[in-house]
Amino acid sequence: MSKNFFKILRAGINSTFQDEGRKNLYHIGIPFSGAMDNRNYLLSNKLVGNKIENPVLEFAYQGPLLEYSGEKINIAITGDVNFTIKRNKNLLNGICYQAFTLEHGDQLDIISTNKSVYGYLAVGGEFDLKYQWSSCSVNTKANIGANNGEKLKTNQIFNILKINQDFNIKKLNYLNTKIENIRVIKGTNFNYFSEIGRKNFFEKEFSVSKLSDRMGMRLEGPKIENIIDTNIKSEGLIKGVIQVPADGKPIIMLSDHGTIGGYPKIAVVISADYDKLVQLTPGSKIKFKEVELSSAETLFKLYDLETQNLISQIQ
Amino acid sequence: MIKNISNLGDAALYCDFGSEVNKEINSKVIRYFKSIKKENIDGIDNLTPSYNKLIISFDLRKKNFRAIKKIIENLSVVSEDNLESNKIQIPVCCDENFSLDIKRLEEKLRINRDKIYEKFFGKEFFCYMTGFIAGMPFLGDLENELQAKRLETPRVKVPKGSVGLTEQFANIYTFESPGGWNIIGNTPLNIFDSSKEKDPNLINPGDTITFERITKNQYQNYNE
Repeated sequence: MSKNFFKILRAGINSTFQDEGRKNLYHIGIPFSGAMDNRNYLLSNKLVGNKIENPVLEFAYQGPLLEYSGEKINIAITGDVNFTIKRNKNLLNGICYQAFTLEHGDQLDIISTNKSVYGYLAVGGEFDLKYQWSSCSVNTKANIGANNGEKLKTNQIFNILKINQDFNIKKLNYLNTKIENIRVIKGTNFNYFSEIGRKNFFEKEFSVSKLSDRMGMRLEGPKIENIIDTNIKSEGLIKGVIQVPADGKPIIMLSDHGTIGGYPKIAVVISADYDKLVQLTPGSKIKFKEVELSSAETLFKLYDLETQNLISQIQ
Repeated sequence: MIKNISNLGDAALYCDFGSEVNKEINSKVIRYFKSIKKENIDGIDNLTPSYNKLIISFDLRKKNFRAIKKIIENLSVVSEDNLESNKIQIPVCCDENFSLDIKRLEEKLRINRDKIYEKFFGKEFFCYMTGFIAGMPFLGDLENELQAKRLETPRVKVPKGSVGLTEQFANIYTFESPGGWNIIGNTPLNIFDSSKEKDPNLINPGDTITFERITKNQYQNYNE
């Protein structure tokens, strides 16, 4: 056993190692995977002085309780997260977007995310993880990636191979904001839906169903009626595609989605809104707003510039 | 040249090769897929060939729709080349513990199981595409007498290795997964092997597949 490691005292609901994900494998049925909220993922690495595309631990709702053993190490948590650090008998309340130095015996308790789904834990150093197709992102469906492609389990141990020796406390002043309007581009089967269905899609409110995970987000709301055919010949999918099966309830494809599907596509969420979309908790209300391709491209440029700007603010 | 290219969202091209499902159109999709893959075009993240569509997704930080569309439209693809393909035989056991929906098929198709198996095992299949879950092959075409719809209520868990039929297609569940295909047997063969990074799929688009019936005893001894 290496001398620097974390022991998992409580695994949390859905804690997995993630990085940028894996490319060029859709044709054999393997999705991108990777961190759901890309901006928060990149920021967590920067806060501990890592390369921004290093693997991190992603958690959803309730995160893990970890006990650290070894030489001191910096960690940072991003998102909107409640966490504490217990050292001997002292309890310290954690602050997101700020590095902390852990010492031997410290317990890091990631209690919960606030009004959001995902949070990220980066450690200043290198986890000992298995890579598959140049990514350690866990895909629990095909058991690919680090940790045998599985979620964290209680009592597991994760070794740290290398510790960054810069123990400066890096910080960022950043607040996650919520969105209610999800901007979309019309899908390739937009005409499969009734006039009232199309109208409802853009005018009525939908709420996020409990049946949502890293694969997809199901929505409840007015029925989107299909008038041509309830199925199409199965074809490729990408993240953000909104499919509507025969029951008229939209499903948004997320990072671990099946690579092909046979339900008509009513719309696609624009890339600039994806990070915010995935953070919507069950019960959240959303409305769809149509934009043109050229606006979606401009909005993505702005989103990307803002992300780069935030990264450069962390020194 | 692909004439019909539109955008799927802001980070993918939707290349439409027609609305029918047949070998001719699908072979064209596969040729384009292989040619574009070989080019290693900077910015392209993924290519997803299916029956009659090819989706090309790209990194919006590097390229936009117009730029990728132009590259794809100017690509010359020799469509007369024969597709490279493998011939693969898949052992299948139809013991009653495996053939979960054979009774349903007998009722829906109004022919007995011996006839169903005779037709199924006597057939050569063509792999149209792989995906949905890692390595799952979509094989066609079943003759009319064997064509049935999906289960009205899909199973929450279809066992790994299950061989299923729906409409004109057969497929193999490479992992335990939810699904609604009519299951007629199970293969002991590992169809997807994630430890082989270079070629994890046993079956690839364009391949020719036949199924070979094995006994329960052969099934049990298969991986020993």
